[in-house]
Amino acid sequence: MAEYQNIFTQVQVTHPPDPGVPIGRDGIFRYGGDGHSYWLGKLGDAQIGPIYLGLTGVMSLLCGFIAFEIIGLNMWASVNWDILEFIRQLPWLALEPPPPEYGLSLPPLHDGGWWLIAGFFLTASILLWWVRTYNRAIALGLGTHMAWAFAGAIWLYLVLGLFRPVLMGSWSEAVPFGIFPHLDWTAAFSIRYGNLFYNPFHMLSIAFLYGSTLLFAMHGATILAVSRYGGDREIDQITDRGTASERAALFWRWTMGFNATMESIHRWAWWFAVLTVITGGIGILLTGTVVDNWYLWAVKHGVAPAYPMIDAMPVQDPLMTGASQ
Amino acid sequence: MKTSVKLFLKSISVLLAAAVVAGCTDRPPVEAVQRGYRGTGMEQVINPRTLEEKVRQNMPPGTAPAPELPGPKSSEIYQNVQVLGDTSAAEFASLMVAITEWVSPEQGCNYCHVADMASDELYTKRIARSMIQMTQSANESWGQHVGPTGVTCYTCHRGNNVPANVWAEDPGPKHAKNIAGTGQNVAALLPAYSSLPYDPMTPFLEGDAEIRVASLNALPTDNRTSIKQTEWTYSLMMHMSDSLGVNCTYCHNSRSFYDWEQSPPTRVKAWHAIRHVREMNNEYISPTETYLPANRLGPNGDALKVNCKTCHQGAYKPMYGAQMIQDYPSLSRIHVMTAVDETESPAADEMVDDAAEEAAETMENAPSA
Repeated sequence: MAEYQNIFTQVQVTHPPDPGVPIGRDGIFRYGGDGHSYWLGKLGDAQIGPIYLGLTGVMSLLCGFIAFEIIGLNMWASVNWDILEFIRQLPWLALEPPPPEYGLSLPPLHDGGWWLIAGFFLTASILLWWVRTYNRAIALGLGTHMAWAFAGAIWLYLVLGLFRPVLMGSWSEAVPFGIFPHLDWTAAFSIRYGNLFYNPFHMLSIAFLYGSTLLFAMHGATILAVSRYGGDREIDQITDRGTASERAALFWRWTMGFNATMESIHRWAWWFAVLTVITGGIGILLTGTVVDNWYLWAVKHGVAPAYPMIDAMPVQDPLMTGASQ
Repeated sequence: MKTSVKLFLKSISVLLAAAVVAGCTDRPPVEAVQRGYRGTGMEQVINPRTLEEKVRQNMPPGTAPAPELPGPKSSEIYQNVQVLGDTSAAEFASLMVAITEWVSPEQGCNYCHVADMASDELYTKRIARSMIQMTQSANESWGQHVGPTGVTCYTCHRGNNVPANVWAEDPGPKHAKNIAGTGQNVAALLPAYSSLPYDPMTPFLEGDAEIRVASLNALPTDNRTSIKQTEWTYSLMMHMSDSLGVNCTYCHNSRSFYDWEQSPPTRVKAWHAIRHVREMNNEYISPTETYLPANRLGPNGDALKVNCKTCHQGAYKPMYGAQMIQDYPSLSRIHVMTAVDETESPAADEMVDDAAEEAAETMENAPSA
């Protein structure tokens, strides 16, 4: 029992390979499942596989590979096929969406066309993977919570790369594929639209994101802390509360007057995580389409406070004051 | 078991600590100087150790007061003196000595002059004349940028034939011929090693492309500025921040970058500075392309031009505001013999400048309010 009182997994169960529950003829798509990894056992279950690919899995991997190759080859071409520069500058390199002048038309391959194709295959790959998560949950007789949570993330992805660019009438509004470039895009996006922090849906998204990490820490800590009383059997304890559950609940009632239940804490976590991307997607979708300057929007609706003037002579736009040069 | 885990944790933490120390040239503690209303994050972050080093690198050279001899004018003594003709001969000679120290300390007079000192044979002499005009214009017409501190040749040259920080049009790195260049996404110096467009100079400091991107209305109207265009502006701003050694809030209230009424007065200075740099590049530097040798041209055949870093070199005021110009009055005004248009009254200039400085002082006192 004492092994649970540690930051890292101390318990490693070794057992003969377990192929999992029988689910009919789908079983033929399962591969592997007879290997164990001591080091992966430090993080999770030591058994590797069986993995299930199926048609959607194979198609998803294939589409993902095509997108990955298009992006990588375009990056490599942008440094003139120089392998050393490709490695050295990899964080800077990107596959950019088409320039604004193409609007929503099909640009030539060399000037944004590859971005559209990569985007198509990446989207196909993600959607196929979603179908796979949905189908595998059904096959195992599970609820489809995981698929719908994933769908939340896909919503944000599609808003950024498809829905908003289409509403804005320009592919150039979409995010580039690249490590630093997509971060610079994010900062430029906020600057162009008058500070995204004043976007109420961005505020909600941040609240849910930070809330998710808080809930995750609280829940993880609670279960580890009561595992010496069998609290790790949390699903049993939804309907059959034992002393671990009672103690965990009492701890939170003592410290903050209220506690989630063994069941509801998982709904809290699910909704916080899913609402992060749902509200985030709404915020992005409204930017530029419905609101053009979030700071001014916030002033208009009494969200952004006014501060006292910082100097006796407020600065004025030199263009408006007819500056001489 | 327990011991090995402890050892493992220890070694990890030692490695992490080493990585943190190695990654930080700006080790703490740093100082934050409040420059706006409390709680708004309007502050400049200064690392006293870095600043000390930078101040040492940006020391002005020794200067000698200009001779005040009422003697004859240089144009009466020397021949072919086109832009310093109404300077006294004594001051002229002292300036020539200073310029040699500032620009060609190793090559000496011969860097610009042949045996016949009046000859314009060397291109360097013709360039020097243009640059003297440029300096005079900066000090006389651009008070809103250079203030009473002014500039001399040394502000940029610092003992180099060509200032250390200059730019030319950047054709970009070589890329495969079957893809189009995007003008960004390489590790480049000018946008301070972000992946933003690598040559923000050509459109903004030579051309006069629109820098402003944000809308002045809450709801969409006719502002079609794209994210890509915003990245060009952002790149220019990275260059300015890097060149002056300051963060965004030196000129902007970052909660609303575009809003002038919430901006520190330094932003007005920067606005004039951008126009000043454009004039220097277009009126004084680009015209020299016709006679510059190939080794003084950029890859596209244009002259090496000025940007913020050319003078500032990492300091919010070049050489942290060291005064030099009062010792070289001949550089401080456009001489009557030149034909540069003057549309602005220097007196009005000074008034605006004084007012801006007053505002800056008030602002520095604001935190206690």
